[in-house]
Amino acid sequence: MKDSFAIKLWLIQRVSGMLLGIFVVIHLVTMIVAIQGGLTAKEILERTSGNWLLGGFYSVFVITAALHGSVGLRTVAQETTGWRGVSLDAAVGLFCLLLVVIGLSAIRGLVL
Amino acid sequence: MKENHDKKEYWAAFVQRWSGVVLALFLPAHFLVLSRSLQGEQALDGFLHWADMPLVKLAEAGLVGLLTVHLLGGFRILLIEFFTWGEWQARMITVAAGGAFACGCLFLMRAI
Repeated sequence: MKDSFAIKLWLIQRVSGMLLGIFVVIHLVTMIVAIQGGLTAKEILERTSGNWLLGGFYSVFVITAALHGSVGLRTVAQETTGWRGVSLDAAVGLFCLLLVVIGLSAIRGLVL
Repeated sequence: MKENHDKKEYWAAFVQRWSGVVLALFLPAHFLVLSRSLQGEQALDGFLHWADMPLVKLAEAGLVGLLTVHLLGGFRILLIEFFTWGEWQARMITVAAGGAFACGCLFLMRAI
């Protein structure tokens, strides 16, 4: 049972990592292009307001990053502090949920 | 573990873990800042103005470097896990370090 949970997390980490590999390249290129000459809120909102494609892309990005970050933090916490068990799983689960909620709320602010 | 400190594979694993931790912990801050757009353009501009300081730009370039090193380091892990080992894979650590440095510098050059 424990092993199958570990395998599922390993799989989540690898699949989310593969997806993020694509998303991060797009994000890095967009960022480096957009940053030219500094950023203003007006400039950002002009690009994002009503842009549903961007909203959809970043929503998937946020959920994938939340999963990947949480599973990764769990691994590092286990390795460095020896923290294990339900309390650790609950803590990273909560962190994942927090990331999804504030990430999607940020997208709502930028797109709607 | 100590006897491995002179091996670059040890440092690749070390950088992969801790860059991941920094990036995961940066995410809530990143999302909260972008959520300021929910309170209007001025609220977001207030932060962007603060982010114009040279030290903040340098920290941002550092984050871009960490994101790139984590991306390329993750790509290296996938190559090792899913493909037959080839000597060329050993070069991926150098590629990750060089790519991260180049990407950080490129971001900094565009940002200032």
